Amino acid sequence: MLLEVRHIHTRYGKVGCLEGVSLSVKEGEIVALLGANGAGKTTTLKTISGLIHPAAGKIFFKEKPIDALLPEEIVRLGIAHAPEGRKIFQKLDVLENLELGAFIRLDKSEIQRDIEEIYQLFPILKKRMKQKAGTLSGGEQQMLAIGRALMSQPSLLLLDEPSLGLAPIYVSAIFQMIQKINKLGKTILLVEQNAHMALKIAHRAYVLETGRIALEGKASDLVNEPSVKNAYLGGS
Amino acid sequence: MSAALNLFLNQLLNGLTIGMVYALIALGYTMVYGVIGLINFAHGEVFMVGAYLALTAIWLAASFFPGIPFGLTLLFLILFSMAGASILGALIEKIAYRPLRRSPKLTALITSIGVSFFLQNAVMLIYGSKEQSIPDIVPMTRLKIGAISVSLIQILIFSVSIGLMFFLTWFVKNTKTGKAMRAVSENPEAAQLVGISPNRIIAATFILGSALAAVGGSLFALNYGSINFHDGYLAGLKAFTAAVFGGIGSIPGAMVGGILLGVFEGLGAGYISSEWKDVFAFLLLGAVLLFKPSGIMGNNVSEKV
Ligand SMILES: Nc1ncnc2c1ncn2[C@@H]1O[C@H](COP(=O)(O)OP(=O)(O)OP(=O)(O)O)[C@@H](O)[C@H]1O
Ligand SMILES: [Mg+2]
Repeated sequence: MLLEVRHIHTRYGKVGCLEGVSLSVKEGEIVALLGANGAGKTTTLKTISGLIHPAAGKIFFKEKPIDALLPEEIVRLGIAHAPEGRKIFQKLDVLENLELGAFIRLDKSEIQRDIEEIYQLFPILKKRMKQKAGTLSGGEQQMLAIGRALMSQPSLLLLDEPSLGLAPIYVSAIFQMIQKINKLGKTILLVEQNAHMALKIAHRAYVLETGRIALEGKASDLVNEPSVKNAYLGGS
Repeated sequence: MSAALNLFLNQLLNGLTIGMVYALIALGYTMVYGVIGLINFAHGEVFMVGAYLALTAIWLAASFFPGIPFGLTLLFLILFSMAGASILGALIEKIAYRPLRRSPKLTALITSIGVSFFLQNAVMLIYGSKEQSIPDIVPMTRLKIGAISVSLIQILIFSVSIGLMFFLTWFVKNTKTGKAMRAVSENPEAAQLVGISPNRIIAATFILGSALAAVGGSLFALNYGSINFHDGYLAGLKAFTAAVFGGIGSIPGAMVGGILLGVFEGLGAGYISSEWKDVFAFLLLGAVLLFKPSGIMGNNVSEKV
């Protein structure tokens, strides 16, 4: 098991948000984490990447406990988090954002090569290389956020709503890209509102409801699950 | 050449000289504000300590290496002062501000005033409350360029300050630490997610800012020939004004703001009254806060406050 989250409880102040969430991700998988607004999806990812510490429960990555570590330590172990709302460095240019994605690395020449690889994956970023990231379109910013996360050479990529706010043509492009990145060897934990698309590319999925895992299973099974259909796939 | 032009050029030169010093101090205010949103009121005292460290270095050089060329003493005193102030800056950050990272901004602001009093009193206890005179290590030669006469110290102040400003600009633009500083300044959480430790970057910012202030303090001491434990107060307040004038958080803003404030003050002293020269700075601060609180080169004040 690459990632194992065991019964985590996460609170904001006194208010509980996650009430014993358990999930696991195997090497090579795309795992989708679905749920309504406010269910706790973002909180789950933030707890994994160390931005918030769980009040109880354990998180193991490559069999090592990581729940007490800082985000800057966790990224060094191989987990990259492309956060909700992209959070790229708006005042820095595209190239600087990618370079900072490789902040933990010292292998200069390989960093150059990886930047070229990101440009191959997202050619538009090469064209915008010297442009302030804040001037990019929403879709381009999302590509940059994913590119920046990939620059740390993670084995696990946490993606929080990569399709949020994107035009339909971008949405399918982003999902194709996620699938491609997975084929290139990255394991992915994907949080999405767009359950339809997420279940199409995921191997397995979890459904989060008010801080608890309500359902889990193979993506192909969940698509046909009546409760999932009703709540997340528009009932059809 | 007319006497009027002569007066103008000389006051301009004096203004530019002190403006360079203001700019060096203002950079520390603006950089620290940029990364943690704190107005570090103890920064003026770091400048003052820098001046005392320079004096100490002159004493040390004179007693251990009597008769060495003044260029070496100069190099030694600047490096000594920078090193000492950097350590001081790092300690202030670690001891006084780091524990308050999650407290309201006002708590840290008040703490910085406390640190400032502490440093003034510590220096007073160590060096005495009387003004200390700085030995004349730089020859008093003056260069005549047309109608204006420039002292060697002034040339030194210009070249060192401008050199450091270019260096800082390059550093923040091109080095990994510089990029990380800009990243932390914009979004500390996102910076953590790429592996940057905000605490380290904040410490680096204090170190850099303190070193620059120390150079300012050393040059100030050499130029004016004396130093007092409360000299950091006024200089700090003026440099803060310069940083706000330039647009707090903006590095080029602090440079331009410092230099313009110096010029403003120099011309004011020459044409209106030198007794009033300290007032001009605060008139300027009042005007900026009233009419353009984001400063001449700033645009992101509302985000931080
Ligand atoms: N910083 C915070 N402080 C207090 N409460 C928070 C904070 N962040 C999130 N919450 C609360 O925790 C709950 C879960 O939030 P979270 O952002 O994890 O949901 P989500 O599943 O990602 O929702 P969405 O689909 O809208 O992004 C919500 O009720 C939210 O109001
Ligand atoms: Mg969310």
